[in-house]
Amino acid sequence: MKNIIELTIKRLLLGFGTIIVISMLIFMGVEALPGDLAETILGQDATPETVKAFRKELKLDLPPHVRYIDWLGGFLKGDLGKSMAAKRPISEMIGWRFSNTMFLAAVAAAVAVPIAVILGILAALYRNTLFDKIISIVTLSFISFPEFFIAYILIALFAVKFRIFPSIANIGDEMALWEKLYSIILPCVTLSLVVMAHMMRQTRAAIINVLSSAYIEMARLKGLKRLRVIVVHAFPNSLSPVINVIALNMAYLIVGVVIVEVVFVYPGLGQLMVDSVAKRDLPVVQASGLIFAATYVVLNLLADLFSIISNPRLRNPR
Amino acid sequence: MRFVKLLRQSPWSARIGICIVLINVFAAVFAPVICRYGETELVNDVWMSPSDDNLLGTDHMGRDMFTRLVYGARNTIAIAMVTTFLAFFVGSMMGFFAAILGGWTDLILSRLIDILMAFPTLIFALVVLSVVGTGTGPLIAVISLIAATRVYRLSRAVAMDIEVMEFVEGARLRGEKIWWLMWHEILPNALPPLVAEFGLRFCFVFLFIASLSFLGLGIQPPIADWGGMVRENSGAITFGIMTPLFPAAAIAFLTIGVNLIVDWFLHISSGLKD
Repeated sequence: MKNIIELTIKRLLLGFGTIIVISMLIFMGVEALPGDLAETILGQDATPETVKAFRKELKLDLPPHVRYIDWLGGFLKGDLGKSMAAKRPISEMIGWRFSNTMFLAAVAAAVAVPIAVILGILAALYRNTLFDKIISIVTLSFISFPEFFIAYILIALFAVKFRIFPSIANIGDEMALWEKLYSIILPCVTLSLVVMAHMMRQTRAAIINVLSSAYIEMARLKGLKRLRVIVVHAFPNSLSPVINVIALNMAYLIVGVVIVEVVFVYPGLGQLMVDSVAKRDLPVVQASGLIFAATYVVLNLLADLFSIISNPRLRNPR
Repeated sequence: MRFVKLLRQSPWSARIGICIVLINVFAAVFAPVICRYGETELVNDVWMSPSDDNLLGTDHMGRDMFTRLVYGARNTIAIAMVTTFLAFFVGSMMGFFAAILGGWTDLILSRLIDILMAFPTLIFALVVLSVVGTGTGPLIAVISLIAATRVYRLSRAVAMDIEVMEFVEGARLRGEKIWWLMWHEILPNALPPLVAEFGLRFCFVFLFIASLSFLGLGIQPPIADWGGMVRENSGAITFGIMTPLFPAAAIAFLTIGVNLIVDWFLHISSGLKD
């Protein structure tokens, strides 16, 4: 038990440190601009007075480390600064969008994870059969497809040809849950397909890895039933790699969600971030970038913690 | 001769992959010979259906879709190749350095790479591009940096294994310099795993460029590029016009081809029989 607690604390500290370093990087990236932010935004023909006033508004007259601590402190209090393009507080723009993004990602994960893990395990158990080969070819193709290809095929089929699902995923607070689910069905399927393909391949590889280890062979040679070998011997040991696979794929989900949101004009954080990059609205990019990166780090952290807890070798130290 | 023998034993999936890649390379190299029209030439009405004049119809500005696709192969593949090579050059060089020198160099480089890898890739690219602006140059720089982190990990691990072998020890005792060790001792032995990785990284880079161009932050118009072409024509899909699916399918087609070859390579180098 002591082992697990020690590892958990170490991992928590590491995750916390990573978030701090990432926030520094995001902050410093803007600092590295040639000239400074005020000049870049206002352009060359701005008078020195306007530049000065604008600098004061953005607090550019303070030294960097003071501004960094200010920015991070504001972040923790929920004050993300002001957008330069929309002239509105960023927290107003982001809060609702972030919950929409998490909603889409969570629904996609809830669909993808169970199907992918079960199919991956089946493919590993029935290795080199026709079933396995079909799964291998289908997943390889889906990995090779860019998200928007799948998305447009789904739109062409289900929104344009058969007219069953909407091609634009618009959701609002006044909608009931099933209405929301109905309108995000195509983006959700797109995301799930991509993530599932990755997850199935990795699950299959992880299970095959466990099945080929010596203690499984030993259990078989002892004459144990196949089912017992799988449930009692293989399953506990493959839990940890499979959880790792799931976590890794939450990363694909976060990256994929940005593109899927753009395709389906879904009011999420990813779309806002892409728009802000094009407009060079740096405060919004910084804020949404930090939120995405922190979510990613936290997901990875959770996965590591789960895999520490679920690893029988760590649970019963010699 | 060994290559021909290897090719003869290749499974059908790898052969399909090789054909796909060759078709794309052919289109990229001979683009001006294949096409009747120029890359940015306006030839007809917008969003025409396929006909004898325009094999795949026309795009949102009335340019020939087939011509754009062929030139797109040229631009997209060239930029992806440059980016991948750059990533391998930087990544493997740093990886070898870290493995040979060890100590502080290794520690600092590895921690730096860890931090970069803690970012989700697309988010990192978006943050960087918002600062430096969009364009082909920044695009190549940021994607090769992201890909280089993965190459670094692999080449460092591979070089670590080679570095402890007797012939490297021998070269060291002879008094060879670090460049010689990298070039003559480590690199030739690290090549097979790096080649398989090259295919994987190429797919990653290629899809990444396509995604960023699709978001409007990659290769800028009027240069023909597959990701950007999907974006430009995406409005057509709601009218039941399939134009944006052609460049998207082209991206998928090439990536599948490369992946099939990589799968075969990984299979050979893993030494499995079945």
